[in-house]
Amino acid sequence: MIRFLIKKILILILSLFVVASMTFALMQIIPGDPFTQEKAVPEEILKAMYHHYGLDQPWYVQYFRYMKGLVTWDLGPSFKYQGRTVTEIIREGFPVSLTLGLEALLLSVFFGIGLGCIAALKHLKWQDHLTMVVAVLGISVPSFILATFLQYLFAMKLDLLPVARWGTFPHSVLPAIALAALPMAFIARLTRANMVEIMQQDYIQTARSKGLNSVQIVLKHALRNTLLPIVTYLGPLTTAILTGSFAVEKIFGIPGLGQWFVMSITNRDYTVIMGTTVFYSAILMFSVFLVDILYCFIDPRIQLMEKKIKL
Amino acid sequence: MRFLFILVLAILCVGCQKKIRPIDENRQALRLNIHTEPPTLDARKATDTSSMGVISMCFEGLMKRGRDRSVHPAIAYHVEISEDSTVYTFHLRPAKWWDGKPVTAFDFENTWKTILDPNFPSGFACDLYVLKNAKAAKNATVSVDEIGVKAIDAKTLRVELEYAIPYFLDLAASHSFLAVPSHITSQHPNWADNSGPYFVGNGPYVLKKWKHHNCIELVKNELYWDQDVVTLDEIDFCIIEDPNTELNMFESGELDWAGYPLSTLPTDALEPLSKNDQLITYPLSGTYYYIFNVNEPPFNNLNMRKAFSYAINRKEIIDNITLAYQTPATSFIPPTIWKLQSHFEDNHVEEARRLFALGMQEMGWTLSTLPKITLIYNSSEGHHKIAQAIQEQWFQAFGLRVKLANVDWKVFLNELLHKQFQIARMGGIAGYSDPTTFFDLYKYPESSNNYSGWGNPEFTRLIETAERCPDLKEREALMRKAEAIFISEMPVAPIYYYQGTYVKKGYLRGVELTEFSEVDFKFAFLEQQ
Amino acid sequence: MNEHISQYNYWQESWGRLKGNKMAFMGLFVLSFLMLFAIIGPFLTPYTYYETHLHLKNHPPSMQFWFGTDELGRDLFTRVWWGARISLLVGITASLIDLVIGVFYGSLAASIGGKIEELMMRIADILYSIPYLLVVILLMVVIGSGITTIIIALTITGWISMARIVRGQILQLNQLDFVKAAQVMGASRFRILTRHLIPNAIGPIIVTVTLTIPTAIFAEAFLSFLGLGVQAPIASWGTMANDGLPALRYYPWRLFFPAGFISLTMLSFNLLGDGLRDAFDPRLRV
Repeated sequence: MIRFLIKKILILILSLFVVASMTFALMQIIPGDPFTQEKAVPEEILKAMYHHYGLDQPWYVQYFRYMKGLVTWDLGPSFKYQGRTVTEIIREGFPVSLTLGLEALLLSVFFGIGLGCIAALKHLKWQDHLTMVVAVLGISVPSFILATFLQYLFAMKLDLLPVARWGTFPHSVLPAIALAALPMAFIARLTRANMVEIMQQDYIQTARSKGLNSVQIVLKHALRNTLLPIVTYLGPLTTAILTGSFAVEKIFGIPGLGQWFVMSITNRDYTVIMGTTVFYSAILMFSVFLVDILYCFIDPRIQLMEKKIKL
Repeated sequence: MRFLFILVLAILCVGCQKKIRPIDENRQALRLNIHTEPPTLDARKATDTSSMGVISMCFEGLMKRGRDRSVHPAIAYHVEISEDSTVYTFHLRPAKWWDGKPVTAFDFENTWKTILDPNFPSGFACDLYVLKNAKAAKNATVSVDEIGVKAIDAKTLRVELEYAIPYFLDLAASHSFLAVPSHITSQHPNWADNSGPYFVGNGPYVLKKWKHHNCIELVKNELYWDQDVVTLDEIDFCIIEDPNTELNMFESGELDWAGYPLSTLPTDALEPLSKNDQLITYPLSGTYYYIFNVNEPPFNNLNMRKAFSYAINRKEIIDNITLAYQTPATSFIPPTIWKLQSHFEDNHVEEARRLFALGMQEMGWTLSTLPKITLIYNSSEGHHKIAQAIQEQWFQAFGLRVKLANVDWKVFLNELLHKQFQIARMGGIAGYSDPTTFFDLYKYPESSNNYSGWGNPEFTRLIETAERCPDLKEREALMRKAEAIFISEMPVAPIYYYQGTYVKKGYLRGVELTEFSEVDFKFAFLEQQ
Repeated sequence: MNEHISQYNYWQESWGRLKGNKMAFMGLFVLSFLMLFAIIGPFLTPYTYYETHLHLKNHPPSMQFWFGTDELGRDLFTRVWWGARISLLVGITASLIDLVIGVFYGSLAASIGGKIEELMMRIADILYSIPYLLVVILLMVVIGSGITTIIIALTITGWISMARIVRGQILQLNQLDFVKAAQVMGASRFRILTRHLIPNAIGPIIVTVTLTIPTAIFAEAFLSFLGLGVQAPIASWGTMANDGLPALRYYPWRLFFPAGFISLTMLSFNLLGDGLRDAFDPRLRV
């Protein structure tokens, strides 16, 4: 078991290294740098800036500096926001995105599975069709449209919740709903799809004949088996939600990490791009790893650790 | 199911109780929004409007800009100008920094010399090239000590210019010539990274709190030399990027101001706000134009450039797209700088067609052999709309469809810098009140700022002479001639002169705006109902 | 033991079941209707998708402009159907490519197992982590903008979710008795995969495809806003929805029509998808 864990961690580190290197390569190839502005800056000033930040050194020197920075987790300051280090930026932005993300995650999992079960139990009746239409709306209306709509309706017209910013629980309600809609819809549909199949299995019929009602059946037997694709989906979803959604954070003025993923690239803020990419990647790979472990719990028959059919 | 319903209701009710009170009627607290986090609040480095908005409230220079292009004494109470107008002697009043230390002439000398130091990364150092030996010092050909600024004593600053500049006092009032506390910056190089004991200014407001990407709080500076006229107790900036959200917050009473110069209004809101008489517009010193690359076909032909410029219907764009009562630009220098003199007719389609045919003939092109034209601009709602409208206007005029390429910001700058374009959107707000701020870019064809690559020896001569000409009338005459040459060769197609647009609550008074996108809250107050 | 011996094989029987599903056929009908209008719609009005009538901008739906006008006074009805061509083309093509690559990759990984599976999944993770926007900008600089570039951009990482889901399903299915039985009987891996594993995983696969299509449509809008996709004056439903969003308060039809049609398309795909799954999923055959 320990060997397994160590192997996994080594693979994780190697993967992060590859991600960082490819990101570095992309950053070098793409035109533009952190300092060009519209009002053209005279050459000598640009040169002074490049020199000050080490951008005039050969690529391998810069590469080494980034790698060293990643290992010590000290990437230095942002190129654009010179008073702030990458570590500070992540440290301040992540908890905000995390809080919002957890709220959205809870909402989407709870309501998603719930609606999906209801739809499956009342297969082909009106509850099924209604939840399906709601789910389709959730999938086909992207988060930024929903966010604007919610803001307009609940904050401006009905005056129930604040328009924007972050700080108290009411501030998080609308953005969490906007974030949760799509995953909730997708989870509902996945749940329903699997549940409908499972409900027709023999062992469910047996449980029914033994006198268990629908809720008990669902909770005791059916749910566990439907969870697999949902858990698969949850891996990368969690990463995306927890590191922040650019659009929702922008519309609600939330100081999270999401905006940095886009902003740093637009600004060619190299150190921030590196930092946020590796951070995101680490969380992603960890979640995927967790998902794999969960597979074994959900369905003990799955074997991940042994070799299967030889080539 | 019922349980869920009740849960949702409960959450909403809790939400209602904790709703934010929009305004506290007994405090003079102003609530504003800046649309992006200031990259830096170090007055020696900041180049963007967000930073400068906050800096201008925390720092004050020797002079200060006021209404109607006037310049008032600020930290300096008296200025002596030499006969030949190259030496300015500023006498400082007994002003103090927030920590009680006196503002001295050494502070100004140190600040300006630091900006011009070859190793200091300041983006606007070129604004200080008017000082004697400044450019040479930045290029490290002379020592920084040779720069023409010297503190004779703690309260007297002697400034020597490269040559006489009639607008130097206006320059001295701009953000480029502020001072930072040298007693702090020498010991704490990161003084401007956060609010705290080391962030010290000399302006009407003190930086009390700076939560990055979240909010900025200023409070009144009791040690300010002119603090009697300052009414506001505090200014709260939130940092919200989305202009629609900002306008929403304004309408729900959470902000007292929305729009320029600290951020922008959504373009779709301009017409409804205008119809409600809520929209306020004011002229800015800037021109929005399309720039031609005169070394790339087809715009290496003068008649083609003129044709494309004449075919634009500026009035239609202003009335329907930009919607802020701008003035169509049929010359280059905006009316805020001098009286407008139109050099050609807006929407002159027949003449455009004639010149188009002429240009095609001169270069031996037909509609099918004409090189494909691409207009590049950076991704923005406003540029996109204008470009689409002009694309259609050119289609109606010439029967040819120009390709629109909206590109990533840095890619756009890169293509401009390396002259990899045919026609691109450009525009800029002046830094000071003189036409040279616009003509400077096009003075020499080979300078890296001159994206068009255009040059004209007579134009260069006129500008060089005008720069050093102390007599105002003669200056203007020279530069009008230069403008005439500029327009006759059409390296750019001017479109309109900028207007700032904003909305504000009726109870907010005393805010002063300049045509350089500056805003001054020193005299602002909230009228009690 | 009385086993029902069918006259028809798996495919014929499934197709029969699909034909009986009313909701699925409604979905198919709506989709055909949308595609029909995508082709003939622009010819129904005297306007082109590019001509501007600036003085008639932002007008609500009327007899003259059936869906109203946009911010440049262009007829929304014509533009919506032009946009349909782009959105449907890009959405369906990108999703199909993602489907094929995803199913192939995921099932291959799950079947081979061991170190190779590990490597394949890690490669997927690495690709997923690289900042997408950087890749997009690179594509923009190297290839330039256009529909092909958009489809490439959408399919570079779009298949990864599908691959993960398929892999997960197959891992689970591999343990079932009938698969083990087939292996014992000597069936080749390929046969097991195509005849048993993939059909049984069809449920989540179809649901994922119905998510990929709107994701592709809106990703296209985002990429076009950055300059990678179709250039003005051509617009897709996604870019029209983007442009219409800030105007929600003042001119709501500019958002409702394109976004509404996207939702309608999604609904139809979902009905059709559910029908397909009900018909083809062997686990539902009672």
